[in-house]
Amino acid sequence: MNLISLDGVVKSYRRGEQTVAVLSGVSLDIGAGEFLALMGPSGSGKSTLLNLLAGIDRPDEGHIVVAGVDIVGLGERALADWRAAHIGFIFQFYNLMPVLSALENVELPLLLTSLSRAERRQRATLALQLVGLSDRLEHRPNELSGGQQQRVAVARALVVDPTLIVADEPTGDLDRDSAAEVMSLLCRLNEEMGKTIVMVTHDSRAAAHARAVMHLDKGELSRREELRA
Amino acid sequence: MQTAKLILRNALRHKLRTALTLLGLVVAILAFGLLSTVVDAWYAGAKAASTARLITRNAISLVFSLPPSYEQKIRQVEGVSQVSIANWFGGIYKEPKNFFPQFAVDAHNYFDLFPEFVIDPSARRDFQRDRKGAVVGRKLAETYGFKVGDGVTLKGTIFPGNWDFVVRAIYDGRDQSVDTSQFFFHWDYLNETMKRTAPRRANQVGIYVVELSNPGRAAEISREIDTQFANSLAETLTETEKAFQLSFVSMIEAIVVAIRLVSFLVIFIILAVMANTMAMTARERSAEYATLKALGFPPRFVVGLIVGESLAIAAVGGCLGIALTFPVAAAFGRATGSLFPVFTVSIETVALQAACTLGVGLVAAAWPGRYAARVNIVDGLRAIA
Repeated sequence: MNLISLDGVVKSYRRGEQTVAVLSGVSLDIGAGEFLALMGPSGSGKSTLLNLLAGIDRPDEGHIVVAGVDIVGLGERALADWRAAHIGFIFQFYNLMPVLSALENVELPLLLTSLSRAERRQRATLALQLVGLSDRLEHRPNELSGGQQQRVAVARALVVDPTLIVADEPTGDLDRDSAAEVMSLLCRLNEEMGKTIVMVTHDSRAAAHARAVMHLDKGELSRREELRA
Repeated sequence: MQTAKLILRNALRHKLRTALTLLGLVVAILAFGLLSTVVDAWYAGAKAASTARLITRNAISLVFSLPPSYEQKIRQVEGVSQVSIANWFGGIYKEPKNFFPQFAVDAHNYFDLFPEFVIDPSARRDFQRDRKGAVVGRKLAETYGFKVGDGVTLKGTIFPGNWDFVVRAIYDGRDQSVDTSQFFFHWDYLNETMKRTAPRRANQVGIYVVELSNPGRAAEISREIDTQFANSLAETLTETEKAFQLSFVSMIEAIVVAIRLVSFLVIFIILAVMANTMAMTARERSAEYATLKALGFPPRFVVGLIVGESLAIAAVGGCLGIALTFPVAAAFGRATGSLFPVFTVSIETVALQAACTLGVGLVAAAWPGRYAARVNIVDGLRAIA
């Protein structure tokens, strides 16, 4: 069953006087529980594609349906609410709030829910336990290593129990060991919790953890490789 | 975790920057309060003026005097309940720098017209009995150490010679707005001395103080008094005590306007500094605002973070500035001596300081807030790389 369907998605950007086409009529189906890696050279449009299906950018043309909702038709407010409820973000540079502790960073998306403070704390603590950081709850980001910060970001993505987790170069700023830790964590989320993950990466070692790899070139999907069943 | 906690932690993120901004705010709000108090001090006489009193003076100029015979005529005008007299003396106490206002007054009734001067009744009787007696204000007494029974010699400038007085009473103000830096003595002492030493300058009255039974008729009675003396050798100009006091302030109005402008300029400068601080803050945090928006927080949330931070910094700086205004104004008042007889920080000044603080906090956050609300998520996330 498809969780995400992209149909004829076109996206271009204006750079000064010029219009640069990034995606030209991309159509794609992603099933529930998939772990898909998007690969391709710089400028191929993979991050743009990820931004579109996460609802933080809008296509010029086409439809993007996620869990039965055509997000292209949603207004700004509705789209923000939809993101809060359905999308977990993992960024290359972690994007944690530097003034908040690990626990408070993970708790942040829950402020948009109707949970009580105690419930928020409980869920955030549980998420940090899942990523192996139960002993770092009160540490601020600058007191954590890169790998630990990315694990906090994973916990933040996980805590709202999202429909889809999008990860943009999650290992791009990490050393090999930390990258391996983060990737095995994503594998666990996918395999044990059934989370659907779409990841953009340049790193073939990271991509090897995915179930399937899809290649983009010059704004078009070229081929799909199935790595695992 | 609450939004307020995030706001406060953000405010303390760059401690040096926040501390310098706070320092600027404290100095600006303090300077504004002090300058406003200086302006208030100039208007203190007019503010304290009674609506039930008129001042009648020579129509040509205050320099010219009036004959004592006018008193009876003024008293007969309907609606006038009491009349008293006063002459500006302008003496020097030891050194010219020791300036304080000195008036020769009708010892029998002058203080009846000024109930805001609170005098012990027995001390007042002592003053009335002693032709060389003087009544001094509490502030003046404290400044020069005058006590009841002390002899005080003033060197006349308008009325030549050394003039000896004995302090018979010390008056207090009914409230803080009353000038207690004045020196009063018998008009009869002045007049009798002048009769002996310079007879042509005797029998002269500087001003008549007229008490009204109905303050609502002030304009009508003023006209009536002046009509009495129209086409005489000494025509009169009668005006309310407030107008009389304001005529002195109008002589230095340009300075007052300049001080007011400077006080608002100070606020404008700190507004620019604060706005720059908040703009830098907003630019530096583009990626954070983009992240918050990506997570689903609405633009108004990030605007709230900026406005909250700006208001928090402004509130701390403003409160410190307001709190410091009181001791600094008190020290300034002491340092300037009798230049500003009434130098107290008014409620209006504190309210203006608070309004400026609020205004600076809100205006400084306006552009950065707009910027943060409009940060595009994709562009903002890219800003971190």
